[in-house]
Order: sequence, then C-alpha cells, then structure tokens
Amino acid sequence: MFPTSVEETQKALEAHHYIADKGLSVAVFLALKLRRPLLLEGEPGVGKTEIVKVLAQMLGTRLIRLQCYEGLDISSAVYEWDYARQMMQIRLLEATGERDQDKVRHEVFSLEFLLKRPLLQALQSQDGQAPVLLIDELDRADEEFEAFLLEFLSDWQITVPEVGTLKAEQPPVVVITSNRTREIHDALKRRCMYYWIDYPSFDKEYRIVREKVPGVPEKLAQQAVAFVQELRKQDLYKAPGVAETLDWASSLLALGQTELSGEVVEETLGVLLKYQDDVVKAKNQARDLLARAQMFPAL
Amino acid sequence: MTAPTEQLLGHVVGFVRRLRDEGIVVTPGQTATFARALGEISIFDPVVFFHAAQSSLVTRREDQAKFAEVFRKFWQNLGLERFPAELLNQTPLPPKKETKARPGEVGREPRSSQPPSKEPQPIVDRALTFSETEVLKQKRFDQMSEQELEAARKLLYNFVWSPPERRTRRLQASGKEQLDLRRSFRRSLRHQGELVLLEQRARKQKPRPIVALADVSGSMERYARMLLHFLHAFSLEQTRQGVRQIETFTFGTRLTRITRTLKKRSVDAALSEVGQQVKDWSGGTRIGACLHTFNHTWAKRVLGRGAIVLVISDGWDQGEPELLAFEMERLQKSCHRLIWLNPLIGTPGYQPLTRGLVAAMPFIDDFLPIHNLSSLEMLVEALEGLGRHPNALR
Repeated sequence: MFPTSVEETQKALEAHHYIADKGLSVAVFLALKLRRPLLLEGEPGVGKTEIVKVLAQMLGTRLIRLQCYEGLDISSAVYEWDYARQMMQIRLLEATGERDQDKVRHEVFSLEFLLKRPLLQALQSQDGQAPVLLIDELDRADEEFEAFLLEFLSDWQITVPEVGTLKAEQPPVVVITSNRTREIHDALKRRCMYYWIDYPSFDKEYRIVREKVPGVPEKLAQQAVAFVQELRKQDLYKAPGVAETLDWASSLLALGQTELSGEVVEETLGVLLKYQDDVVKAKNQARDLLARAQMFPAL
Repeated sequence: MTAPTEQLLGHVVGFVRRLRDEGIVVTPGQTATFARALGEISIFDPVVFFHAAQSSLVTRREDQAKFAEVFRKFWQNLGLERFPAELLNQTPLPPKKETKARPGEVGREPRSSQPPSKEPQPIVDRALTFSETEVLKQKRFDQMSEQELEAARKLLYNFVWSPPERRTRRLQASGKEQLDLRRSFRRSLRHQGELVLLEQRARKQKPRPIVALADVSGSMERYARMLLHFLHAFSLEQTRQGVRQIETFTFGTRLTRITRTLKKRSVDAALSEVGQQVKDWSGGTRIGACLHTFNHTWAKRVLGRGAIVLVISDGWDQGEPELLAFEMERLQKSCHRLIWLNPLIGTPGYQPLTRGLVAAMPFIDDFLPIHNLSSLEMLVEALEGLGRHPNALR
C-alpha cells in the first residue's frame, strides 16, 4: 500500500514491526510522495538496511539490493553480456552458413543475452509496481561510481550501446545508506531526502526488543536495554547498535536468564562489543553499569 | 493536501535566505523540494513541519544543530507557530568543532601567503639567485626573519612533486593485469567472432589521502605553519587536477579539524582562526588525548583509503605516555604509513628522549626532520618513495 500521510506511514511501518521516529516517518513519506531518493546515515546497526526491507514489504513490491564496494563497475552494477552464450550463438549461426554481419550482430546483441544487474533490474516494474532499490553503503564505492549514480538518479534510464536506451516505466523507490567512512558528494546528497538515524531512546529500544525478540521477559528486556543505554555513554571505540542489543537479548533468552547478573553480563559482553579493548574496558565497569541498569525504574 | 499559499512560500524563501546567511548551503532545487513537501504534509503539526524542512534542506549532520536554532528563531519570530524547544532538540550534538566560513567574508581575508602588495620587500620581489636559495634552504625556520620566511613560503609553492599513489580496486582499460572480456568480445566481432586479440585491463592508480596532524602549541607553531603552507601549496596543485585528498587537523590541548577552513582561506587566516578557538593557546600539549579524539571521531572517516598520516610535533607531551602509546599503535594500524616530523632532529646532538617520544617511537614508520626547506625536500622524497611499492595492500 502507498501511504497518504505521515501518520499512515508511521503506522504502516509499525505494522511491519519497524518502530520509526516521527522524523524518519516524515522523511520516508516525503521520499515516496515526491519520488526522491532517501539518503539514510547513522552509526552501524541502527536499522538503516532494515527499514528498506520493511518498506518493500509495506509497498508490496520486490527489493533489489546493490551492495557497494570500491571498484564497483558497470558490469556488476548495471549490465553485462553473457559472453559464453553469445559465442555459442555465433558458432551456431556459422554452422547454418549465416554470412550477413548485420544479422549476426543483431541476433547476438539481443536482450536475450543481456545479464541484468541491480540498477537495470530496478528500471523494470512488475505488475505495474516499481521495485524498491537499496544502494547499500554507498561510502564504500568510489567517486567514479557515485558520478554514474548521479546520472542514473536524475534520468532513470540506462543506455546500452548495442541495444539502445532503456527507460523506467516508473522510477523505483530508491534508498541509499552510508556509514560515513567517506563523505558522499554534495551534488548527490542534494538530490535526496536526508535523515540521520540516531541510537534510539530507552523507550523506543525497549519497544524494539519486545517486538523483535518475542518471549523475552519484561524485566530482562528492561535491564538489558538500560544496560546498553548506559554502555553507549561510555568512551568506547564502537558503541553497540540496536542490532547488537537484539542479539544480546536473544542470547540472554537462550541462556534461560530472567534477570541480568554480573556473571552473565561478563560472559556475554562479546555479543555487544566487537573490539577487545572495549570489552576489557566494559568489564572493568560492568558492575557499576549493571547497578545503574538495575536501578532503572520500571516502566 | 493543498498547495502552500503565496505568503507561506514567501516565508520559505526568507527562511532559506536566513539559512544561507548562517552558512548552511541550500540549493534552489532543495528549496523547491521543501516547497513541494509543504503541499503534502500537515503544516500545523510543528514536528512534521520541522522534519519536512530538515530532511529537504539539510544534508549534513553537522549542520542539524545550527539548522534547528535558525528554524526556531525564524518561525517563532514570525509568530506563525509555536515550536516547543524540546521538540527541536531531539538530536543533541557534540559541541561544534568548526566555525562556519561565510562566503561573503572570504574575499576580504588578507592573503598573507602572498607578498604584501603595499610596500614591496626586496627579498621577496626579486628572484632569488641560486646561492641565495641554497642558503635559505639550509636556514632553520626559527632563525629566519619575516622576509626570509616569506621567501621560503614562496619557494614552497614552486615545489613540484607527484603524490604517492595506491592501486584502487577499479579496473581501467590501460595496462595488462587481467582479461577484459567485454572489450575482447566486442573487438572479436570485427573478425566474425574470432578472438584474435585479447584485450586486458589493470587496476587504476589514485593518489593516497594525506592526513596532517599539526601541533600548534608554543614552540611548534612556526614549523606547523610551514608544513601547512607546504600542504596547502600541494593541495592547490591537486585541486587543479580535480582531486583533493588532504585532511588537516591541529592539536594542542584539543583536536581541531581545519580542512574546511583551509579550503576557503589562506593558511595564516585559518591558523589565526584556530588561535581564536583554542583558548589555552600555549597551555601545553596533550598528544595522547588528541590522538584519542582523532581515532574515535575521525579515523574511520578520513583514513579509509590507505592514508598517509603526518604528525608534526616535538613530542613534549604533558599527558600520560601509556595513553599516547596506545593511541599511536591504533593510529599506525589504521593508516598506510605514519610519519612523525620533528624540528628538533635538526639540532646537532639531539636525541629523542622525552617521555612522549619514547612512548610513541615504536609505532612511527618514519621519523624525519622539519626544521628547514631542505628537510621539507626530504619529506617530498620520502612521500614520493612511498608510491613505489606497487604491492602495498593498504
């Protein structure tokens, strides 16, 4: 379904188990309505990629994902010819005695032999529905790809020299994510609706945990979230994201815990923190943080 | 929803103008997007209105705090809406590190990197003879007169050097590393599909990013200034070639990023601006703490592509040596090459025995002098040499 207001967007996302701030709902709604790409930035693990999956479900359309990396080029992002089959076709034509060069060329460079990569796929609607295109971690790609993308996002068309220009019947819903290991070029940013996803508040994160980890006891969820919230205030190299909180809550559940204890926290810190220095630091402060988390007033 | 009224659009334009005055860049396209957005939302919901404005007009997180401030003032002054303060301050930001540069002011900045035009000074205006240049090259920066410094700076802008490069993962048509099927095949069609010639492609080379961390406390300031002039000259040259790969930070008791300031202003103007920001200018140096800030906040964003890090400092550190060693190790591990520039190396009989340097030493790849022009030439050679390792991984 296509939301007609900000409130509807927020509700629809929630119906698909994604709890979004009002600000994010506004950005998503406007991106859909004004047909602009949506640029999401934020620390790893705050749910940038997740919302795109939900968006595709919500709109009832397919999700096409392009993972970026340095050196990403046309043949892996847009299209490639199926050389092996083309070769075979040429041999076959040869065997039938075909000598007309134009005809060979026409036959070998038909859409049949074109391998469509994500950007080209994104131009195709299915049952009148444009897909959702996720361009994930654009900061990992290089400037050359960004420049190409800029053109793609404004024209919604791709030119394959041998075939001609392929144009979208209707532009896809585009979401770009970035972890900011590099600044995205201003020209590209300005084409997008921009939203910075922050770490969630206690209330929001608690709701997310209850939503995503069914069966986790209320008290455990409260304490775990409060602990993570405290942990984020510490001077860590990499603070835990929401994804880590969810992993942790699941782990605690799997270990049969009903309440946080110092022992279990120390044993499972590795689920939350991904740098050894951080783990050591957090271990030293674990008791203190735990005490604060346990003091957290019940909702 | 209805189209926004003319009156509202007038306010939108006024608001955008105010944003620009405050240094937030907004394009006409973005303004149009915002205006269209207003037709789609309920403008009487202050939160929705605010977020519609923010997601249309702001593309940098650093600008969000400023934006919220301008937003509140502007719309409150109009008396159109009541915007509760707590709604607008949902995302608390760390204190602002950079001062904004207003475009209008740039032109008025005195360009002190160029010779002053009013009263020409003899040594600057006439071309230096060979021997004069040689003498100047050997003279320590701290023993130079103002005129000599000026002349030295001028010489810096004449340095020609090619930056060290790294192999990117992007393939290009020139070179022979791996088979390029796409081109080979297309070419084969000229020969009835016979693969007569196999086309190849190779990894593209790109200049490595350079990150400079300059100690601007007390005695170091003069040397840091020269290094920044040197990097500035280099980045001017790079900009002409369409790339810009230099990030600059200064540190004393705290770390300040001056990359953006340097883009718009001369080195001296940028440094005096930093001088205004840093309250305890000669309050000593805490290298460890500053590197900590760098590693936490900036390393992931500026060291990504095999950067070369230049630290310029005499190593007089008032912080804990353990912290410095820890942060140096992390820094070295996350960059391609860590070069420490120390003006004291030029002093006869100097040995790096300060606590800070002893702690940092194990993690320094190159320890080089930077007390005169010829040591800067050595630095150029060292940097150029870094590009000659074709198989460097980082």
